[in-house]
Amino acid sequence: MSRPERRHLLSITDLERDELEDVLRNAEGFEEIGARPIKKVPTLRGRTVVNLFYENSTRTRVSFEIAAKRLSADVVNVAAAASSVAKGESLRDTARTLLAMGADAIVLRHPSAGAPDLLARSVDATVINAGDGAHEHPTQAALDLYTVRRRLGTLEGLRVGIVGDIAHSRVARSVTLGFRRMGASVTVVGPPTMIPLGVSALGCDVSHDLDAVLPTLDVLYLLRLQRERHMEALIPSEREFVALYGVDSRRVEALPDHAVILHPGPMNRGVEISWDAAESGRTLIVDQVSAGVAVRMSLLYHLLGQSPAAEVAS
Amino acid sequence: MIVLKGATVWQGGEDFRTLDVVVEDERIAELREGVATPSGADVLDCSGAVVAPGFVDLHVHLREPGSGDDETIATGSAAAALGGYTAVCAMPNTDPPADSAAVVEMIHRRGREVGLVDVHPIGAITAGRAGERLAAMGEMHRSSARVRLFSDDGDPVPTAHLMRRAMEYARTFDAVLIEHAEDPSMRGGHMHEGEVSALLGLPGIPAEAEEICILRDLALLKLTGSRLHIAHLSTSQGAAAVRAAKAAGLPVTCEVTPHHLALTDDALRGFDPAFKVAPPLRSSEHVKALKEAVADGTVDAIATDHAPHAPHRKDREFDHAPCGMLGLETALGVAVAELVEPGICGLGRVLELMSTGPARILGDDAQGRTPAPGAPANLTVLDPTSVWTVDPAALASASRNTPFAGRKLVGRVVHTMLRGRLTVRDGEVTR
Amino acid sequence: MEPDDIRRAVTRIAHEICERNRGAAGVVLVGIRTRGAVVASRLAGAIERIEGVRPPLGSLDITLYRDDIATRGPLPVGSTDVPDPSGRVAVLVDDVLYTGRTVRAALDALTDLGRPTAVQLAVLVDRGHRELPIRADFVGRNLPTSGREDVRVLLEETDGQEGVEIHEPA
Repeated sequence: MSRPERRHLLSITDLERDELEDVLRNAEGFEEIGARPIKKVPTLRGRTVVNLFYENSTRTRVSFEIAAKRLSADVVNVAAAASSVAKGESLRDTARTLLAMGADAIVLRHPSAGAPDLLARSVDATVINAGDGAHEHPTQAALDLYTVRRRLGTLEGLRVGIVGDIAHSRVARSVTLGFRRMGASVTVVGPPTMIPLGVSALGCDVSHDLDAVLPTLDVLYLLRLQRERHMEALIPSEREFVALYGVDSRRVEALPDHAVILHPGPMNRGVEISWDAAESGRTLIVDQVSAGVAVRMSLLYHLLGQSPAAEVAS
Repeated sequence: MIVLKGATVWQGGEDFRTLDVVVEDERIAELREGVATPSGADVLDCSGAVVAPGFVDLHVHLREPGSGDDETIATGSAAAALGGYTAVCAMPNTDPPADSAAVVEMIHRRGREVGLVDVHPIGAITAGRAGERLAAMGEMHRSSARVRLFSDDGDPVPTAHLMRRAMEYARTFDAVLIEHAEDPSMRGGHMHEGEVSALLGLPGIPAEAEEICILRDLALLKLTGSRLHIAHLSTSQGAAAVRAAKAAGLPVTCEVTPHHLALTDDALRGFDPAFKVAPPLRSSEHVKALKEAVADGTVDAIATDHAPHAPHRKDREFDHAPCGMLGLETALGVAVAELVEPGICGLGRVLELMSTGPARILGDDAQGRTPAPGAPANLTVLDPTSVWTVDPAALASASRNTPFAGRKLVGRVVHTMLRGRLTVRDGEVTR
Repeated sequence: MEPDDIRRAVTRIAHEICERNRGAAGVVLVGIRTRGAVVASRLAGAIERIEGVRPPLGSLDITLYRDDIATRGPLPVGSTDVPDPSGRVAVLVDDVLYTGRTVRAALDALTDLGRPTAVQLAVLVDRGHRELPIRADFVGRNLPTSGREDVRVLLEETDGQEGVEIHEPA
C-alpha cells in the first residue's frame, strides 16, 4: 500500500511541463461544462475548499469559488484582514483551525511572499497560491497559457513580451516561468529600476526599449503600474512611464497583425494601456477571465483528484 | 587539582603535542609528558582530545535586560560554555539598551553570578542606539564592567559625521568601535539581492550596501586614527576592502560568522525564516571569498552573532520574521566541517580564530592564551573528529532558531574550564 | 470474437434497437468514451441502413463522474458532445459491460445533460461480475470470464485491428 504525496501549487514551476500540458488539455473539457445547462460535475463531491484571502480580490476569489462549486466541492470563504497579520495572529493557527473543520484544500492570497510555503509546512492540506506578495500567482499564469494557446494554437516557440514593473510583480514572475516551461521565449521590458538585479534567474531576455520589441512579439503582456512607485525613485513620474512604456494605439499598430494583448486586470486605463488600445479588439482580457474558471477547475482536479487520505491498492 | 591526561595540546600555528596538563589554583601548573597523578586529583582521560584556549565570542546577543522569552544571561552562558567558550561579548541592543554604567554593570554582575562564562558587555556607541548623539562611553569604560568595545550592532552608525566623532572620542580610552556595516539608505531588504531574490520576489540588500559602509568607515579610520572592527563580514567586496586596508597599515580587524561560511542564499528557497539573518546569507561567490579571507589571514576572528528568537516570534511570514540565528553551541562543529574538513585551513587556524584572535581584539590577556605553564586555566577540551547531528530541542539556549537543525557537524566540545574550574564536563554543564 | 462476429453483432443490435423502439425516430445514441463512441458510431451507420434515417449521435466522457477518482487520481478529461437527450430514448453504448460502475457514472452524466424518457444500454460484450444492479438491454456476446482476466475489445478506429482479447494476468 502506498500513500500518494500531497501536492501543492506554490509556484508555477511546481508543475512539470507534461503536467501543465495535462492541466491545459483538461481545461477544455472543463470549459465545456460551463456551456451545459447544469454546470456541475460530482468529481470533488465531499471535499472542502477554503478560500483564505488576506488581500481583497473579488475577481480571483469568485473565480476559485465557482470553479470549486462546479466540481461539487464545498466552499468556505474566509476574508482575513491584513491587519490580523500585523496583530500577530498566526497564519499557522488560523490554518489549523480550518483544517480541524475539514478543509482539504486552502487557496491562499496573502501580502507576504512565502506565506503559502509557510502554510504548506504547517498544515496537512493542499495549498494553492492565489498570489503571495511579489512572489508568484501561478493560477493566473496557467489561465494566461490556456488563453493564448486557444487563440494562437500553440505555445511552443511563441515570443512573449512582458511590460512594466517586473521586479514587484508576482504575475510577471509566474507568467515568465510558465511560458518558458511551455517552450515560449520571454522578453521583459521596463526601466532598469524595475528589472530585478538577478533577472537572469528567470531565463528571459531584457529590453528597455518597448518600441524595438513590439514588432517581434506574438504576445504582449501588460502589467498594472502601481500608483505609488514613483515615490520609491523607481520612475520620475507616472507621465514619464506612460510615454516610455504605455501602450497606446500607435504601439498597438506596431504589433504584428496576429499578436494578442493580455493584462491580468484590473486595467489602469490611461497608464499602462490607453483607452483606445483597450478598445482595439486586440486584447484577450475577457477571454482571460472566462478561462479562469475552467483552468482553476482543471488545477483543482489535478491537485485534489487524488486523495492522500485514501490508500492506493498496489 | 585537575589533570588532563594524554591530551593533544595546541601550541600555536598547526603545532599540537601530546602532553598532560595539570591545573591548580586557576592556572596551568604543569604542561609536560608523563605527569604522575597524585591521589585526590581529578583525572580526566583526554586521549584523542584537543586542548585549546577557551573560545572567545566577540558577538553574542544575550537578550538581558529584556523579556526573557528569547534568552537570558543564564541560558546564554550555559550555551556558551557548552560551545567551549570562556568569554563572550554581549551586544547592547537589549531592552533597555546598554548605553550607561548602570546597565553594563548589571550585565557584568549577572554574568559573574551565573559564573559559567565571562560576560563582557559591549556598550552602545549612540545614546539609546538612536543614532543621534554619543552614548556615555567614558562612564561605561570607567564602570566596574570596564567596557572597551562599543557598537550600535543591529544598526550601522547612520552618518559619516557621527561615526567620525565616535571614532575620535573612542581614542580617549583606546576603545574599539564595532561596526554593523550596512549603508543606512540601502536597508529594507529581507535577503541578499541576487538571483535567488529575483525568483522569490523578496526585496534584497545588495552586497554594495556592506561595501559602501566599510569604505566609509575605513576612510574615517584613516582620518581619526581610532580602532575599527567590522562585525559579521559577509561579502567579497568587504573582504577585499579590509585586506587592502590592512596592507596599508590601518588598525582594522574583522570577524566572520559560522553561518556565513556554511550557508548561501539558496537556503532561502522555501521561505524558511530560520535562514533569515542580517547581514543576509549571500551567494556562493561571497562564501568562497570569505573562506579565502579566512585562509589568508584577512579575517581575525570567528564570532557567532548568536541571536536567539523564541519560536512564536521567529516562525511566521518571512517578511515579518526577525533576523537572527543561534550560534554558540554549533560554532566549532560548523567551523571544522566548513574549513578544516575541506582543507581550507588547519585546525590550529580555527582555534586561533576562535580564541587568540578575538581575545586580542577584546584586550583580555587572561583569555586566548596558548596553553603554557603559568597561563590562566581558561581552556576547552574538544574532540575534533566527532560527527554529530544538531537537535534544536537538545540545545541549552532558551530558543530553537538554529539554521543547522538536522545537519551533521564535525567537532564537539567535551569539557570547558573557566579559571581552573570545569563549567562543562563530558558535554554537560556542571552547575 | 472475430472481426466478422463483431460486424454481425453490431448489425443484430441495430435491428434490436429498432425493433424495441419501433423505429429509430426519438432515439439518440450516446457512446461512452472511448470505444463505446466508436461502437455507437457504427450502430448509427447500421441503423441508417435499416431505417433510412441516421439517429442523432453523441459521445460522453465519464471521467469526472467516476467513483474511484480519490484512489486512481486525476485521469485525462475527454470531451463530451451529446445532443440534448430530453424527450428522447437515450441508448448508452459501450464496448464491455463488467462491474457496471462505468454505466452508473454515465447515467449520472446523462441525467445532468437532460431528461431522457428512457435509458437503454447496448454493449458489445457482457463479461459478467456486476457490482451494481445494472443490466444491458442489447448484448453482442456474453463472455463468462474470471475476475482476474482482462477483456479488451479492439476496434479498427482506435486500435488498428478488430477483435476481442482475453488476457490472463502475468
